[in-house]
Amino acid sequence: MTFLFYIFAALALVGGIGVVVNRNPVSAAFAMILSFLGLAALFIQLDAYLVGVLQILVYAGAIMVLFIFIIMLLDVQAEEKRRFPLFNILGAGGVAVAFGALLLVILKRSEVGTASIPPIEPLEGPGTSDVHRIGELLFSQYWFPIQVVGVLLLVATIGVVVLSKKELK
Amino acid sequence: MAIVVKRPKLKWWEQLYIPGIISGMRVTLGHFIKIVSGKKKVTMQYPEEKWDEHLPEHYRGAPALVKDEQDRERCVACQLCEFICPPRAITIKPEEIPSDDKWAKVEKRPKAFDIDMIRCIYCGLCEEVCPEQAIYLRKDYAITGTSREEMVHDKDRLYEIGGVRVGLVNKWNELK
Amino acid sequence: MDWQIIIAASIKVVVFVFLVTLPLVAMSVWAERRVSAAIQDRVGPNRVGPAGLLQAVADGIKFLLKEDFTPNHVRKGYFWLAPALVMVPALMTSAVLPFGSSLFGEKMVIADLDVGPLFVFAVASLSVYGIVLAGWASNSKYPFLGGVRSTSQMISYEISLGLSVVPLIMIYGELNLSSIVLYQAQNGWALLPLWGDGLSLKGFLLFIPILISFVVFMTSMFAETNRLPFDLPECETELVAGYHTEYSSMKFALFFLGEYAAMIIGSGLAVTLFLGGWSLPFGWLTPESADAVVPWWHGLIHIGTFFAKVILLILFFIVIRWTLPRFRYDQLMRLGWVFFFEIALFNVVLTALLMWWLA
Repeated sequence: MTFLFYIFAALALVGGIGVVVNRNPVSAAFAMILSFLGLAALFIQLDAYLVGVLQILVYAGAIMVLFIFIIMLLDVQAEEKRRFPLFNILGAGGVAVAFGALLLVILKRSEVGTASIPPIEPLEGPGTSDVHRIGELLFSQYWFPIQVVGVLLLVATIGVVVLSKKELK
Repeated sequence: MAIVVKRPKLKWWEQLYIPGIISGMRVTLGHFIKIVSGKKKVTMQYPEEKWDEHLPEHYRGAPALVKDEQDRERCVACQLCEFICPPRAITIKPEEIPSDDKWAKVEKRPKAFDIDMIRCIYCGLCEEVCPEQAIYLRKDYAITGTSREEMVHDKDRLYEIGGVRVGLVNKWNELK
Repeated sequence: MDWQIIIAASIKVVVFVFLVTLPLVAMSVWAERRVSAAIQDRVGPNRVGPAGLLQAVADGIKFLLKEDFTPNHVRKGYFWLAPALVMVPALMTSAVLPFGSSLFGEKMVIADLDVGPLFVFAVASLSVYGIVLAGWASNSKYPFLGGVRSTSQMISYEISLGLSVVPLIMIYGELNLSSIVLYQAQNGWALLPLWGDGLSLKGFLLFIPILISFVVFMTSMFAETNRLPFDLPECETELVAGYHTEYSSMKFALFFLGEYAAMIIGSGLAVTLFLGGWSLPFGWLTPESADAVVPWWHGLIHIGTFFAKVILLILFFIVIRWTLPRFRYDQLMRLGWVFFFEIALFNVVLTALLMWWLA
């Protein structure tokens, strides 16, 4: 099933390029969804069903809906006509080149393509699905980070409520 | 004066919505079951079943011309109906009755009498205004045609619908 | 290689999606019209075919032959994409629904995933894009308002929809819909725990959170499928026709059918999670295990049972539509965020406490 990998990898990449290239913010947002869907399909190909489905459920299905909700309320025409100053273009190009160089260095140092990956033992029987295993890991080995993240999110939520309720003076 | 709408204070079980939903469902399902089981019948299967025998006496259907008991055209082509017709559906071409005719003393009769049924609004003013009681609104209501020409009733068609009306010209009489 | 698997899956897709679900969509449109007519003391479409059953065919031909008009002021690409985006997710979710036990040794589910309900919610959450795009691409006021309304409505109710299923998953300890159905077949349906393990103190106590879950789940399903008490994205009295105001012909039909397809899949999920899926009540004709050989006529009965339940639930959806008046928008949001979100969260805690106490 390698051809499926190529199809979905291409989908994710085309989507990613679309986000950068599209002038229309709504088109860019949809390209991003396309990229998320390709990524989710790649996760599912690795038998990581939960991660793939959560990718769609959380990112494509909830966060991007909010993004589009906000973008739709903007003036798209003004956004399409906006010109970028030379400084921005140079800065963005510099960042891109630096990131590419970093990626190249890391890939050179790692053993991609040469290292042998140990074969994964297929698990059988009840309680071996990836959902079970991720759940067990989260609530045994990683329970403390989970609590920290939970408290952080709670604080953020309360902060948003307080800020949005504050009267303008 | 402004009216203050008082909202009813709902009890806690009423605020649950579920009793409201159930009582609503009782109404709708009651109607549903009555109709499906055939216990109640409100509508008719139109082309097969018709309501014709229940049509009231004053029903205003298609206007038509009538003849009297001597088989004489009642219409004297006075053109009052043509003038009063609000959508101008009626077109009359009068002609003189030749002197050797049996009814020569009436002097005038319609040569052509067209009612455009696309225009007719079934208001009944023609019937109201006719001094000779020659035009009546009959109970025909399903006037259909496949072309505009077909929808124009000419004199022959109007007499065909109208037929013979017996009785004196006694328009303002209650017996009519 | 696995050509056999691929061929079997394709046959299941073709039969289940194209030969059963799509005709069911058409039939539910007919059922909607006949039932609403009976409720309002009318007759409904009864001319085309016996009892008007072929009305759907006539409607389909009418939709195909109508002028497919694209207004000048729309964003063409998105305008054309939107109807497909409504229909596709609705049909895609049918992939994980087990619609029968097994037939000739073949499991009657297209993809036996271990993340069944999550998959359904994930794909169903994509169907909002069709409506949003339709509203935005139409470039006119009312469709836009419809699109914005549907976005916020769908996001709000997705949360309570997801949370309402959590207690069930805690009780079953499974995310595989086939195993959930088999568990219910052997131990009593979630809403009818009258045999097997369900006939115990544990079964009766856990019935309380399940009932709460069911109410929250069904209500959120109404909101997610834009059915009448919550059909604010297209409410005729305020928004002309909402997000599909500018659409005509087959593109409009796709929106129309997408709503019914979502309704069928929603009923299918409710049947699978709460009403025992394909299983008969009281453990009749229940296979011993997931891999047990089932005689072919048992398999056919199971498929029939599933669709009978789905059709009953669709009728429930329809009767509700013609019973309840539409909510106001602020009431809808209040109901979603202030009541159902809290009730669903509380329900999760209640289930956890009950299970901890009973264990």
